[in-house]
Amino acid sequence: MKNRLKVLRAEKDMTQADLADSLAVSRQTINAIEKGKFDPSLPLAFKMSKLFELPIEEIFQNNE
Amino acid sequence: MNKEVVKATKNLALWTILWVASLALATFGPKFLWEENTILSILTIAINSALGAGMIWANVKHLSVLDELQKKIQLDAMGIALGVGIVGGLSYSVMDISNVISSNAEIGFLVMLISISYMVALLIGKKRYA
Repeated sequence: MKNRLKVLRAEKDMTQADLADSLAVSRQTINAIEKGKFDPSLPLAFKMSKLFELPIEEIFQNNE
Repeated sequence: MNKEVVKATKNLALWTILWVASLALATFGPKFLWEENTILSILTIAINSALGAGMIWANVKHLSVLDELQKKIQLDAMGIALGVGIVGGLSYSVMDISNVISSNAEIGFLVMLISISYMVALLIGKKRYA
């Protein structure tokens, strides 16, 4: 699954550590999601959606 | 790492140290400290079992505070270690029964096999998602 997390984070001028703190996850988790190595759970995706004030489908795009 | 994870990790480390120390006492105490006194041996084994239960509880607590990726890495590693332990342990036991190996099968080798496979799987998991 592709995502715009890195771009959205940069737009908010946040580091991976800042975003990790805001979402109560580790920096490694944010890094893995940004690189597309790990897909977040639905609750975590909703947290991101709330934080960036965007619908989930504008943050994550299916590869298919 | 957030404070909750640090606290749970320290708690798990403390329970593990206590359990290992009590295991050493229960193992070597009868020979070197209390000359085969059965009551003291039973007491130390009971304490070791109780500390073991505490360590299991601390491990469950530790897993519960990890985030979803950390939890996945841990559970993957535990699954691999369990599989390697069962398959490797039974193969080792069969080798003993069928006299393929000259010495008796020792539980210590199984513990080492599980520990090493867990640590290797954990490192691979950490590297994969780094």
